[in-house]
Amino acid sequence: MVSLIHCSDQLSVYLVIGALLFAIGFFGFLRHRTLIGMLISGEVILSGAVLNFMAFSRFLAPDPVTGQVFSLFIMGIAAAEATIILSILVAVYRHYRSVAARDLKDLEG
Amino acid sequence: MTMYLTPEKLYPLVSALLFAVLVGMTLGGAIVVVCTSRLVRSVSGLALSSTGLAGLYYYLHSPFLALMQILIYVGAVCVTIMFALMLTDAHGEVSGQPRETIKTVAALLAGLPLAVGLILLIAKARWMPPAVQVNAGTVPDLGQALLTRFGLVFELISVVLLLSILGALVVARSGRRN
Repeated sequence: MVSLIHCSDQLSVYLVIGALLFAIGFFGFLRHRTLIGMLISGEVILSGAVLNFMAFSRFLAPDPVTGQVFSLFIMGIAAAEATIILSILVAVYRHYRSVAARDLKDLEG
Repeated sequence: MTMYLTPEKLYPLVSALLFAVLVGMTLGGAIVVVCTSRLVRSVSGLALSSTGLAGLYYYLHSPFLALMQILIYVGAVCVTIMFALMLTDAHGEVSGQPRETIKTVAALLAGLPLAVGLILLIAKARWMPPAVQVNAGTVPDLGQALLTRFGLVFELISVVLLLSILGALVVARSGRRN
């Protein structure tokens, strides 16, 4: 009971949540059939990674600021990456009239 | 002897309940993201999951990161994805997929061992807490580190963001000719 009450103060709880987020995102990445669905699942994977960084920086790092700064940079890079992917998606949709992954099969120079 | 719920006893209980709700939001939102086939629900699940995750950052003693998580993920990424969804007309179901169950089962077969293996690894690992912490990781500490030690990286991230905006404009415009 004591450990259940204080489970927000334990490193392994956060690590398990991060691992579950990673596995759920991986599952969704394989399962989704459109490029946008795969992008959203990729964001879930990134969230799991950021949660891991935050947990380690809170409990194990001598300087807790480092993990927070690194997480901020991951968020910035993730936002930039999402922007680029979405613009590519719009271009792909103009060309193929679809964003389903199975329709994108022909390569042209 | 009667059980009185004094504030000293009540506080850890409420805190634990709130933590459980936030964990539920995070994982439940993630499950909504991957299990629905309508992409609008998927984006809403991502927003829910990000909000729960922001709460978890509060429990990890970093309120600045919590607010940034809400600002960037719920405010920027989800809205951008929603716009792309409307522009590409992909919010409906991609129909005519007889292999869907096979694909889901295969994805489950790939994802489940990953989760189980990672959790077993976490249960086995022994971590050494640090001997000393040089600061408490508060918001002033964070700001000082961002503008002194990490100043160059901070500026580089701004350049990357600017370039990604310009690149997105170029890529999205280039398909317009045909």
